Amino acid sequence: MRGLNAARGRMDTFIQQTLNGLVLGSMYSLIALGYTMVYGILNLINFAHGDVLTVGALTALSTILFLQAAFPDMPGWLVMLTGLLAAIPVCVVLSLVIERVAYRPLRNAPRLAPLITAIGVSIVIQTVAMLVWGRSYMTFPQLIPDAPVTYGEATITLTKLMVIGLSAAVMIGLMLLVNRTRLGRAMRATAENPRVAGLMGVNPNFVIAMTFAIGASLAALAGVMLAATYGVAHFYMGFLPGLKAFTAAVLGGIGNIPGAMLGGLLLGLIEALGAGYIGQLTGGVLGSHYQDIFAFLILVLVLIFRPSGLLGERVADRA
Amino acid sequence: MSDFFPRLRNSRTAVWAATALVAAVLVLLPFVFGQMGNAWVRALAFALLYIMLALGLNIVVGFAGLLDLGYIAFYAVGAYMYALLASPHLTANFPWIAQTFPDGLHNSIWLVIPLGAGLAAAFGILLGAPVLKLRGDYLAIVTLGFGEIIRIFLNNLNAPLNITNGPQGITLIDPISFGAFSLAKTQSILGIELPSVHLYYYFFLILAIVTIVICIRLQDSRLGRAWMAIREDELAAKAMGINVRNVKLLAFSLGATFGGVAGAMFSAFQGFVSPESFTLNESIIVLAMIVLGGLGHIPGVVLGAILLAIFPELLRHTVGPVQNFLFGHVIVEAEVLRMMLYGLAMVLIMLYRPKGLWPAPEHGINPSNRRVAGKAQAG
Repeated sequence: MRGLNAARGRMDTFIQQTLNGLVLGSMYSLIALGYTMVYGILNLINFAHGDVLTVGALTALSTILFLQAAFPDMPGWLVMLTGLLAAIPVCVVLSLVIERVAYRPLRNAPRLAPLITAIGVSIVIQTVAMLVWGRSYMTFPQLIPDAPVTYGEATITLTKLMVIGLSAAVMIGLMLLVNRTRLGRAMRATAENPRVAGLMGVNPNFVIAMTFAIGASLAALAGVMLAATYGVAHFYMGFLPGLKAFTAAVLGGIGNIPGAMLGGLLLGLIEALGAGYIGQLTGGVLGSHYQDIFAFLILVLVLIFRPSGLLGERVADRA
Repeated sequence: MSDFFPRLRNSRTAVWAATALVAAVLVLLPFVFGQMGNAWVRALAFALLYIMLALGLNIVVGFAGLLDLGYIAFYAVGAYMYALLASPHLTANFPWIAQTFPDGLHNSIWLVIPLGAGLAAAFGILLGAPVLKLRGDYLAIVTLGFGEIIRIFLNNLNAPLNITNGPQGITLIDPISFGAFSLAKTQSILGIELPSVHLYYYFFLILAIVTIVICIRLQDSRLGRAWMAIREDELAAKAMGINVRNVKLLAFSLGATFGGVAGAMFSAFQGFVSPESFTLNESIIVLAMIVLGGLGHIPGVVLGAILLAIFPELLRHTVGPVQNFLFGHVIVEAEVLRMMLYGLAMVLIMLYRPKGLWPAPEHGINPSNRRVAGKAQAG
């Protein structure tokens, strides 16, 4: 009997970590989409993407705190939705400004140049965010009723379920946008060859701006989700998830939209399961605080053994 | 010195005069800055360490064109190596080490410098080997990840074996000493009393000059030209018979070497190391130095390192008082403002002056012309 219980306990840990991994993974996927779309078109790692996410989460937080103070009777989901709707335009504008100021003038410069401006922009956003919102961790209010859904010993909160559901919906929407609409076709054409796309009547600058705008909206969404799931927000919160999401994009095959989704989910699962089991696997030598190492190890391994990623096609070196 | 004063290249007396002038200024500098307090001399000594770091990174980024965002990891490796070899930490935690070294662990500088250089070089190869084939931007992310991994390990290697003492860091690190001559005490040389910071300043000055000389020699060497060829066009370089793999590995390991030595000096100078000194921001600051000064141009890099190393000291003395005077309280802390300005500087420099404040004369250097000209003169 005891053996059975232990086995069930193990199973529950597994289910619990898988659920956590899916939640984390859906957020990575949303962020990774922003990286992968920009990279697909410009061959540029948008280092500031993670910081756009930070700004989104913090804008939403400020809006929510304001609404809660001004209209205490407003239902939680509406407050959350308004916060999100406030965050998206802010992120879109920020992203468009970054593209216009820091990336567009360097489109034909050596590859190192836009990368360095991207790092610079990232630092500037971080410090400005620190000045505006302070450097301490802020509590993100619990707006969605925290009713746990239980399965055996494993539980998942409503917020986390919504994260998974909403991410899936947004990603399906994005696939439709890219594959079925005129804008999507223009984006794919520009990614293939900007100059020829221009000759075919596509305005590359418009398409690139739209790509940044879509990526920024997804980042805003992911930022709000991240803050809501873990209940905290601070000026540096987007940087590490941003890096990991980039890893996810590389894992899936950079430039490939389904790849980013797959890579994000996989990375989330690997991190959650890895953090859950690393103690057992290494006999207690390494603990769950090594969670952050997985993403980088995976990145290195993927780049060595399959640089084009899981779903990516092999591209000629354009360096 | 003629590389520093290209206009004076043809006049031997002028070069010597300029060298003597610069040397006099460098020797007297700590006394001038010392008038404003020892904190300024300390900032000068740090500027010299940053020159070593920046020149090391310049080999990787400026010469070979490989963007390395985890460079501070080598600094960390050097710093922790010295900290472990010259502090009571290991003997306190491992009885068998205490038995082997009953007097405690103290190591001579003549052992530590080559060891730091060698260990950092080994880490450089460790990082370089798997990422050789990556293109610039992938490389940036992987190196960044490498830097973070090293930092995470330093932060967490206090259990189950206490090797790095985790976030608390290692304290009570021996200062540098040559036999009985310790840099930690005030020493009197030729009747002049030199406080400890001055001694460190002079020692780091010698190291920085050695670094500069090595870098100039490397730049003009076959290897230096191979790096620049790879930077400009890897495929063409390969076609010209350059062994791209080895040459890139050499860039990583030689660049790391300077980082390792500078790190060892850092931990001796501070007497204390903790993972906090080796964050990504530090890597970015060093990168900002070489970008600001002039990627791939040694005098520019030195200038960038000095400017950005002295700058925070300047900010600390101006930002607070100015804001107190204007608004009655401090709104923006000096440290925050510093990072913001560094970020802005990186963007603006890349947009408006991509070759830096003191750019390389024309496409790196032109060694063949100079050599031919020199021969023609001699003949």
